[in-house]
Amino acid sequence: MIEFDQVHKTYRVGNRDIPALQPTRLNIESGEVFGLIGHSGAGKSTLLRLINRLEEPSGGRILVNGEDVTALDTDGLRRFRQRVGMIFQHFNLLSSKTVADNVAMPLRLAGGRSRAEIDQRVAALLARVGLQDHARKYPAQLSGGQKQRVGIARALATEPDILLCDEATSALDPQTTAQVLQLLGEINRELKLTVVLITHEMDVIRRVCDRVAVMDDGRIVEQGPVAEVFLHPRHPTTQRFVQEDEALDENEQRDDFAHVPGRILRLTFQGEATYTPLLGTVARETGVDYSILAGRIDRIKDVPYGQLTLALVGGDLAAALARFEAAEVHVEVLR
Amino acid sequence: MQALYETLFANIDWYDIWLATLDTLLMLGGSLLFTILLGLPLGVLLFLTGPRQLFENGPLYALLSFVVNVLRSLPFIILLIVMIPFTVLLTGTSLGVAGAIPPLVVGAAPFFARLVETALREVDRGIIEATQAMGATTRQIIFAALLPEARPGIIAAITVTAITLVSYTAMAGVVGAGGLGDLAIRYGYQRFQTDVMVVTVVLLLVLVQVLQSVGDRLVTHFSRK
Repeated sequence: MIEFDQVHKTYRVGNRDIPALQPTRLNIESGEVFGLIGHSGAGKSTLLRLINRLEEPSGGRILVNGEDVTALDTDGLRRFRQRVGMIFQHFNLLSSKTVADNVAMPLRLAGGRSRAEIDQRVAALLARVGLQDHARKYPAQLSGGQKQRVGIARALATEPDILLCDEATSALDPQTTAQVLQLLGEINRELKLTVVLITHEMDVIRRVCDRVAVMDDGRIVEQGPVAEVFLHPRHPTTQRFVQEDEALDENEQRDDFAHVPGRILRLTFQGEATYTPLLGTVARETGVDYSILAGRIDRIKDVPYGQLTLALVGGDLAAALARFEAAEVHVEVLR
Repeated sequence: MQALYETLFANIDWYDIWLATLDTLLMLGGSLLFTILLGLPLGVLLFLTGPRQLFENGPLYALLSFVVNVLRSLPFIILLIVMIPFTVLLTGTSLGVAGAIPPLVVGAAPFFARLVETALREVDRGIIEATQAMGATTRQIIFAALLPEARPGIIAAITVTAITLVSYTAMAGVVGAGGLGDLAIRYGYQRFQTDVMVVTVVLLLVLVQVLQSVGDRLVTHFSRK
């Protein structure tokens, strides 16, 4: 478990103090994939780097499995960092070393392992990320997705408990992003690894994260389970991220519905309810007619969800609403 | 044919030329070795103490930087003369190959150190960050990440420094260092033996060409980008 206890960070530029992270409390559970989303300059990168002290906190304590990381001396910090893997937006592989040597690097730096042990571990790691045939290549000969796989193999070399991902997919195309995220999800499940990732794309959060914190201007403005935050965003920043992901402009849509008659509702389905033929049943039983104005059916991590905007006319509206509620569908009346 | 050769190269004593070439190569090799031994750590130190680096240390960086700049701004011919007492102290003589190496090193090491500093700055900061995140010590960051990543740049720096040293060795001839430059000055210039001048200059040119192409090849070999 990673706990932030009133951690804050201020940069000193010239003789001015620039706050990067306001005093923050945060708990990240062991084994979960925790996402931090925010625009550039929101403080998410600072927060991530505070965990392995690539950034030194200006105050507060950071506890990892009960151990106060902020109190570690140089040697203690070194050993702690060997238990925390990290991957980067621009991969940060050594161009002068082969793929195998890059993956072996954390093992060599940590010491205490024989050459045979290291070779064996490297081969296993490369096989896990699907790059066993590229061991002798140099990073420049690989595609972006392959480079990030090398980065992941390298980060996992010393069998860490925590994996920090710094915009790990931001330099990749959508298809490669999906593959890398899938790999991260698999690793999280297989190794019971705690993953902390930062991103500016809601889609990344939606695909792999269990919980998410939204950051704005150096503070966490909203946090919770991804489905909760994604389907019912409260803070304006969160709402903007969700809209960006859905590529729709809420205001524009409401204007479009101005000429649509009847009540306008937004229904949110989650889990198996997504696949039940609820709309037809309710329409038959209560006599309401519906038209679908907008909708989306997708998955949040492994849980299917649907969100539909409907216009209802005629029939017994109150009964229809009650039926929806009874089926554990979240109903918002928009008009 | 024989007649033509004797008119064109009347003053050439090939054995002397051979000895002078050997002296030049010895001076170059010796001074390059010590230049690297002194300049590489100095360059690393300049880099590490520089602004926003691992061991950022404003006063130390300013001091090192100042010393380097002073030595680099001193004309080499002046350095040769100023260095004489120190050279005698160090090697027992200010003449010959041994007498030439100390001023050559003092002249070239600061130059080389600056080139090393620049080559290290070219290394992506992300590489340093990634290596830190692995739990590397500062020593490991330098030897396992920084120097290997900067290797092509450092090899290029050695090449440029070696070529600079070739022209310095020629100048060292003025204070009795021996070598091809000495030959060029004493015979080619002072005795108007143009043939000696031409031969020495051609040999120096060949030396520079060889150094540059070997250096370029090594840079290409070690560049994986």
